Amino acid sequence: MVTIETPRSPRSRKHAKWEKWGWLYMRYSGVLLLGLIFGHLFINLYSGEGIKAIDFAFVAGKWADPFWQVYDVTMLWLALIHGTNGMRTIVNDYAERETVRVRLNYTLWIVCGALIILGTLVCFTFDPCIDQAMRETLGPAVCKG
Amino acid sequence: MPTKPAGTLYRGKIGMWSWVLHRITGVAIFFFLLVHTLDTALVRVSPEAYNAVINTYKTPIIGLAELGLVAAILFHGLNGIRVILIDFWRKGAKYQNVMFWIVIAIALAIFAVFTPRHLSHVFG
Ligand code: HEM
Ligand code: HEM
Repeated sequence: MVTIETPRSPRSRKHAKWEKWGWLYMRYSGVLLLGLIFGHLFINLYSGEGIKAIDFAFVAGKWADPFWQVYDVTMLWLALIHGTNGMRTIVNDYAERETVRVRLNYTLWIVCGALIILGTLVCFTFDPCIDQAMRETLGPAVCKG
Repeated sequence: MPTKPAGTLYRGKIGMWSWVLHRITGVAIFFFLLVHTLDTALVRVSPEAYNAVINTYKTPIIGLAELGLVAAILFHGLNGIRVILIDFWRKGAKYQNVMFWIVIAIALAIFAVFTPRHLSHVFG
């Protein structure tokens, strides 16, 4: 049984300010994520043929429009930082050994950073021309070489 | 055992159970998002690889798991708004119980609309 002496006391003064920003971030990002994720699921999972319609061409269709690129990358950053910060809270609650706690938190933020970079690159460097069928539909004007 | 702290929303009854559910759904969505970012990244590797992986999303078992994912998102997202209202709205703490049932009602309503349609896509 873990006994927390003073439940609302921060780990240290220096951390207290960070905690407050983290706490606020969870709330602001939460509001934005609600709209973004419900919208994402409505379009990709509910509308039209739903999950049956998802394939490479579907993604190519969406990412041909910069609006959906910005939409997806915004969602990616907000959700990964929100989720990682939430996981950090949970790790801080349950990890009993200090070294374990610190290592888990490092791992979480490294994974978060790596996936943010990966997802952002994937979205903005997306190339429909790697698909033969897309090359034919789009023609030489779009798919050079 | 520590002595019971004076009144906290996070202990006992609805305040606590909604918190437990919020935590579990948050973790589940987090792990889904890790996988989802990787499967989406396949569009940069090859169309065949992406289509092969996305086709597993259309199988009956994963199709049913998607219902669970949607349920988790519905609860976590709507209950998140409830948590925000408890913190920022003057009367939030007073209405936290009512708001919990409103969250459940809205989530169930959306889920009831979504489920038959999704199942018809997966099994149709
Ligand atoms: C749909 C919109 C979302 C809303 C409105 C929302 C709202 C919130 C709020 C307000 C909190 C803080 C709870 C507290 O301090 O007691 C929170 C925690 C959390 N969220 Fe979200 N969230 C959303 C989406 C997500 C997503 C996409 C993920 C995963 C990637 C996620 C994972 C988590 C985790 C792991 C926690 C920590 C739970 C805890 O400390 O018990 N959330 N969420
Ligand atoms: C089973 C349900 C889901 C399906 C079928 C699905 C499908 C897709 C598809 C096809 C894309 C490619 C781009 C696009 O169409 O916009 C995508 C991207 C994305 N999805 Fe989902 N999605 C689902 C659930 C979710 C959930 C619950 C979240 C949030 C937690 C999410 C977050 C994202 C993000 C951040 C991207 C952009 C990834 C990147 O830029 O690399 N998705 N999704």
